[in-house]
Amino acid sequence: MARVRTQRGIAVLAGAAMALTGCGTTQSSTDDAAENYPTQAVQYIIPFDPGGESDITARLQQQALEDAMGQSVSVSNRPGGGGAVGWSELATSIKPDGHTLMGANLPHIVLQPLARDDAGYETEQIKWAYIFESTPNALVVSKNSPYETVEDFVKAAEEKKLTVGGSASFSANHIGTLAFNKAADIDLTYVPFSGTGAATPALLGGQVDALMTYNTEALNLKEQGAKVLAVASEEPLPELPEAPTFKDSGYDVVQGAWRGVAVPPETPDAIVQQVADAFKAVNEDPEVKQKMEELGFHIEDMGPEEATQFTEEQTAEAEDLLERFGLLKD
Amino acid sequence: MFVDITQAMGQVVTPMMLLLIIVGVIAGMAVGATPGLSATVGLALLLPITFAMDPTTGLVLMGAFYMGAIYGGSFTAILVNTPGTPSSIATTFDGYPMTQQGRSEAAIIASTVGSVVGGVIGVIGLLVLAPLLAQVVLAFGPQEYFWMGIFGLTMIAGIAPSLVKGLAAGFLGLLISTIGISPVGGEVRFTFGFTQMQGGIPLIVALIGLFTIPTIVDMVIAPGSRTAAMAADAQARQRGGELKSTLRDLLSRPLNPIRSSIIGTFVGILPGAGGSVANLIAYNEAKRTSKRSKNFGKGEIDGVVAPEAANNAVVGGGMVPLLTLGIPGAPPDAVIYGVLLLHGLRPGPDLFEEQGVLTFTFILAVGVSAILMAPVGLVAGRGLQRAVVRTPTHYLAPLIALLTIVGSYAVRNSALDVLMMVALGLIGYGLRNVGLPPAAIVLGVVLGPIIETGLAQGLLTATAQANPWTSFFTRPISLVLIVLVILGLAWPLITDLREKRKAGKVKAP
Repeated sequence: MARVRTQRGIAVLAGAAMALTGCGTTQSSTDDAAENYPTQAVQYIIPFDPGGESDITARLQQQALEDAMGQSVSVSNRPGGGGAVGWSELATSIKPDGHTLMGANLPHIVLQPLARDDAGYETEQIKWAYIFESTPNALVVSKNSPYETVEDFVKAAEEKKLTVGGSASFSANHIGTLAFNKAADIDLTYVPFSGTGAATPALLGGQVDALMTYNTEALNLKEQGAKVLAVASEEPLPELPEAPTFKDSGYDVVQGAWRGVAVPPETPDAIVQQVADAFKAVNEDPEVKQKMEELGFHIEDMGPEEATQFTEEQTAEAEDLLERFGLLKD
Repeated sequence: MFVDITQAMGQVVTPMMLLLIIVGVIAGMAVGATPGLSATVGLALLLPITFAMDPTTGLVLMGAFYMGAIYGGSFTAILVNTPGTPSSIATTFDGYPMTQQGRSEAAIIASTVGSVVGGVIGVIGLLVLAPLLAQVVLAFGPQEYFWMGIFGLTMIAGIAPSLVKGLAAGFLGLLISTIGISPVGGEVRFTFGFTQMQGGIPLIVALIGLFTIPTIVDMVIAPGSRTAAMAADAQARQRGGELKSTLRDLLSRPLNPIRSSIIGTFVGILPGAGGSVANLIAYNEAKRTSKRSKNFGKGEIDGVVAPEAANNAVVGGGMVPLLTLGIPGAPPDAVIYGVLLLHGLRPGPDLFEEQGVLTFTFILAVGVSAILMAPVGLVAGRGLQRAVVRTPTHYLAPLIALLTIVGSYAVRNSALDVLMMVALGLIGYGLRNVGLPPAAIVLGVVLGPIIETGLAQGLLTATAQANPWTSFFTRPISLVLIVLVILGLAWPLITDLREKRKAGKVKAP
């Protein structure tokens, strides 16, 4: 009895709210759902292993996200296929009511459908709610490497075969190396490792000539004496002030990873906007902000439209690069 | 540094901290003993809880949990032939036969001794040799990982009754390991149209299927087969003194746990190998060097000590590259790395200098948790053992069946994994009955990715050479490993020859 009464109370309140905002008469049922969203606990799935950059970020956000959404948020992992296992589920079998969110990464969601015969999803099916951080690529050589600048490195690469290690195939590091190859007209051999951390000993142990890695790992390596030759961002990075951008050296390479959150394709726009608002609030949380900056993550604020447009730009660039190097699927 | 260590010691030996360690060890043991919930998964579940704690408390809890989880994995390996974590694969080889003979209590005691010794030696290695050992990581390139994997494969000669069938099983395991996205190059392989198969078949799913399903089928087919074991166990219990006599027996051969611990520490240091490889190598070396080599696989107690010492030594060893270079040595270390980062602690030389007290408190606490496993494990482990042995088969078999389903689902929250587990289990049962050992299949699954990655990366890193293949035969550490491979292959032949000669001498007048 008591429950019925409270429910009716909520309905009356909601009706009053609609009347007040002046759009009560044109509301459809999906907008009603958006009005009350979220009505239950929210699942925030990371399609990667625990302990990685995406996982750490999600766990950093969890508390602030609960505050912003007014519901409990549980973070879980569904790793496999470099994220593709999770994203194919997002595209096809997750209920589009906004109560299940999934971390999504650029350029992964662009490159996998381009390179694999059946990645299980199309880039357009990953519906962005928000892009909240980025980690630009950086080119790093070891302490006793003969190269001091990008120009040295390019000159050497013109004369002999040089190897560049990075995390995974068809990843930010991979496409960053391809973009560098194109811009400098050189032929670096890219060696994929199973993760950012796994590539590092290969540089320190001299197995590869350089690493195309993220700014976060570049910072780690620099503390151990390695040299950061260039960063692949538009502007120099505050945490690596001495490193020039590739652009400064005359090579048009702006590449890295962008992380955000996505929802199933049929999710109503009104709900997507609410998710976006929640993540915007999370990005403004002082504690989250401070921790992210400490870790070297760059805070980004791209809402649904901006993120989608950015993805389209990335897709065009990636298609061109993969085609040039014969890596596009048949 | 010594000031830091003394201060750290003072922090660890407080009632609150010791209580925290015991809680961590017990929780870890419970998770480790649950098939499907590996140390890595357990640590990830623990992660949100540690946020609310200060960095020291959170790290100590995680360290104790990790140590306990690796130890707990041996319980189910011994009692129901199901490695609780991939670090206890080899523990099943002799642990389960011991259970079938009614000697499971002795096996649990052996696992406890091995785990404590291994845990402590691993931490000593971390404490004393960390900067030195970190160099080992850097000397190991793709070529060396390739040869290490091949060396691991030579183990097939030892665990299979027939070499041809052993190789066939190992080859099947290698094939299973190629399902999904290729580790180098990113090609999609053998997904048979299921996009979910891009993630491959997780090792834990293969383990549960190949080891546990045949065990359940055996139990169901012959429910009376456990009666003899139950009687033997009850007899031993009546006789009493199992703990004393087992300890005395094990302590008379201290070399085995020490050697296994050193192997574990070393393998732990190498990123990309970890407990799943260490326990297999240690088992094989124990078998190779033992005077009772022939008993291995038939319930040899040293065959339980070796893998359990090695896998707990991986805990300390894996933290060497983690704390000195910021490279997680074994998969669970990746989660601990995340905790360090979240608390703003950047692993590397600075961690020891600027955060010395915290770092040493963490290291010492991991060592203390290894020691505390002894009392906790002897009570909880033997309690579980008693319960499992006394449970009638018509309850035990369905209970294990339920565990296999929950366990394989929990790996990635995927129903497809449950189906794959059942399918692999039925295949494994059929193949075992024609003489293809599941252990050899698992060996292929564990080592396949290491070998493939090493080969492909080795060829790529050596592109500057005229013939990249030569790089596999010219590097010094590779050459050492090649010699080990040859020895590994020749060893069964040598022992055969020796025995024939011995037999010949006896016969000849």
